[in-house]
Amino acid sequence: MADFISGFWNMYVMVLVALSILFCVFVLASNMTKREKGPVQLHGHVWDETLAEYNNPLPRWWMYLFWITIVFAVVYLAIYPGFGRSNQSRGQWAQYDAEMQAAQERFGPVFAKYREMDVMAVAADPEANAMGKRLFLTYCQQCHGAAAQGAKSFPNLTDSEWLWGGAPENIKETITNGRNGVMPPFGPALGADGVKDVANYVRSMNGLAHDSVRAQRGKEAFESNCVACHGADAKGNPMLGAPNLTDNRWLYGSSEAVIIETVTNGRNNKMPAFGAFLGEDKVHLLAAYVLSLSKK
Amino acid sequence: MQSQATYNYKVVRQFAIMTVVWGIVGMLVGVIAAAQLVWPQLNVHEFLHFGRLRPLHTNAVIFAFGGCALFATSYYVVQRTCHTRLFAPGLAAFTFWGWQLVILLAAITLPLGYTTSKEYAELEWPIDILIAIVWVSYAIVFFGTIARRKVSHIYVANWFFGGFILTVALLHIVNSAAIPVSLTSMKSYSAYAGVQDAMIQWWYGHNAVGFFLTAGFLGMMYYFVPKQADRPVYSYRLSVVHFWALIFTYMWAGPHHLHYTALPDWTQSVGMVFSLILLAPSWGGMINGVLTLSGAWHKLRTDPILKFLITSLSFYGMSTFEGPMMSIKTVNALSHYTDWTVGHVHSGALGWVAMISIGSVYFLLPRLYGKSEMYSVKLINAHFWIATIGIVLYIASMWISGVMQGLMWRATNPDGTLTYSFVESVKASYPFWTIRFIGGAMFLGGMLIMFYNMVKTIAGQKAYDAPVLAPAAAHA
Repeated sequence: MADFISGFWNMYVMVLVALSILFCVFVLASNMTKREKGPVQLHGHVWDETLAEYNNPLPRWWMYLFWITIVFAVVYLAIYPGFGRSNQSRGQWAQYDAEMQAAQERFGPVFAKYREMDVMAVAADPEANAMGKRLFLTYCQQCHGAAAQGAKSFPNLTDSEWLWGGAPENIKETITNGRNGVMPPFGPALGADGVKDVANYVRSMNGLAHDSVRAQRGKEAFESNCVACHGADAKGNPMLGAPNLTDNRWLYGSSEAVIIETVTNGRNNKMPAFGAFLGEDKVHLLAAYVLSLSKK
Repeated sequence: MQSQATYNYKVVRQFAIMTVVWGIVGMLVGVIAAAQLVWPQLNVHEFLHFGRLRPLHTNAVIFAFGGCALFATSYYVVQRTCHTRLFAPGLAAFTFWGWQLVILLAAITLPLGYTTSKEYAELEWPIDILIAIVWVSYAIVFFGTIARRKVSHIYVANWFFGGFILTVALLHIVNSAAIPVSLTSMKSYSAYAGVQDAMIQWWYGHNAVGFFLTAGFLGMMYYFVPKQADRPVYSYRLSVVHFWALIFTYMWAGPHHLHYTALPDWTQSVGMVFSLILLAPSWGGMINGVLTLSGAWHKLRTDPILKFLITSLSFYGMSTFEGPMMSIKTVNALSHYTDWTVGHVHSGALGWVAMISIGSVYFLLPRLYGKSEMYSVKLINAHFWIATIGIVLYIASMWISGVMQGLMWRATNPDGTLTYSFVESVKASYPFWTIRFIGGAMFLGGMLIMFYNMVKTIAGQKAYDAPVLAPAAAHA
């Protein structure tokens, strides 16, 4: 199907629009009779014993209302983008650009004044913190929650654990460019039984109930398969976003079944990039706000 | 002078009774969906959660309740005003059973999750084909009867019914064009893509309002209002002008559902100006109905059926003023995606469509069983007041919550950030959703009274088919 913005459809619709308006004009203009003296006459047909019609003229106010809307339509279509690609300067894209520019001029300086301040100093500034919170409630709470405590697969931002590092520049990097945390699937390599052993070992490192024979076997499997990312001490690697597996904090849950699912199928978790959308100044404030949450 | 032949009332009776039954079912589902918004824990099972009940509600009230009312009244009106028996009675019976099958299939497949995801056109392709077959049969019966009429002039109600039948066939077939994944699959993909798909969907969607929910019901109005008021229609000339203007302009109004989207600007503009032009043609119908009552206003005091019919016209006038206003881009920027839209739809659906249908069915039922009135006129009156108060609660609460949502969503702090998070606007809406639930439940309660009254009217009565009347002497 041809695109709406091809010239043909413009022409096609223009002609039909003009004909439709002309038709309304014709119908109206040919029925502008006035009330005649004397009683109103019936139109002269009867259906189903009693159904008949008077032939009153069109109510004047109604007729003028109709004319006004027709005139308005013609004027509007002539001034605004109504016939094809005419008058684009009054279209929605121009309107959007103008509104965005006005907003940038008005609000840009409000954010820019924190640009040169150190993130830690911004985090301590109550006014900046309130602005950061409002940004968070607009852009971040959908996943991380209004209280920033996260949910399954969405990290809690109020603890002091950081998957990708907790330094101001790490947090800014996370917000600006997003993150993609990938855990590869180990189901095929380890087999169902091997995965269960590893799950028990992981639970054992967190002081959770486990089968110690399986955990012992799992330790061996862990050392040959998992340490590359999670480290020999299983404390994770923020360069890769590999979580610490010894702190009893869980992104997906701590039950054996969930850990088995993670090890078997792997995980692919994504934080979207906000840099281009929000701009540096807002990212700066958001990073400070997120930092202020974890210090509490 | 009467001939021996009788009108085919059987199919009218069937559709009239099912109008009440499906009205109760459809509105009950609506009340449950409204309750789910107030008490989310009522989303007890995937088959019964809001996302699946909501399309079931809209399909049931529009196509089951509204559709049966349109079939019943158009079959009744076309016979009586053409002074001839219904054409192709076998096909007419097929439209009844076929339409009931469509409704049944909708009631099964929608909760199961089969959907095209096109609003008001959710049913999947096999059901769409069945709808098309039933609808073409309907057109054959209706226009066949018109062709056999014993009077030269076609009564105005039949223009509107005819326009509605033709246009709905066109809308349904074009918008439902889709490619099934396979012949054994209940899944299909639209024949259109991207913004064209959206535009065709809303060309369909708004004309479903314009032709299914307006033109058809104006046909109803043009028969039952003058009949019940026992007065001639106010103006033949006005009916000609507003009929043609309505037909010509409704077709263009769809893009106002897609303001400020990827739809090209000029398409939005065309949608907006034709929606504004629609104001006068829509009001033409209201004026012609209400002024038909001049000289008979006193009847409103004692006749609850007339109350239903005239109140429906008032709601029609109100929602057809509101509609053009909401299509103005500046207003739409506030109202779109809020409860205001829901309130607007229901002032049309409950106030106009349901009330004129209810009034017409109260007119029909006794006549289809050889009686002069319903079992209890008092109960009709009770139904009227409960329904009216229910509607007022419903639309007033939706106006307030809609405008509130629109204002909350656009409120900004001095730094340009949003004042309210989305969930705060949800929280603020709860009281109004509770009032809406009460209003909807009252409207449903009125339907239950109607059901009781209907059963009592029919009980022990034999079905009655009136003899075909010869046209008045001068008009044969």
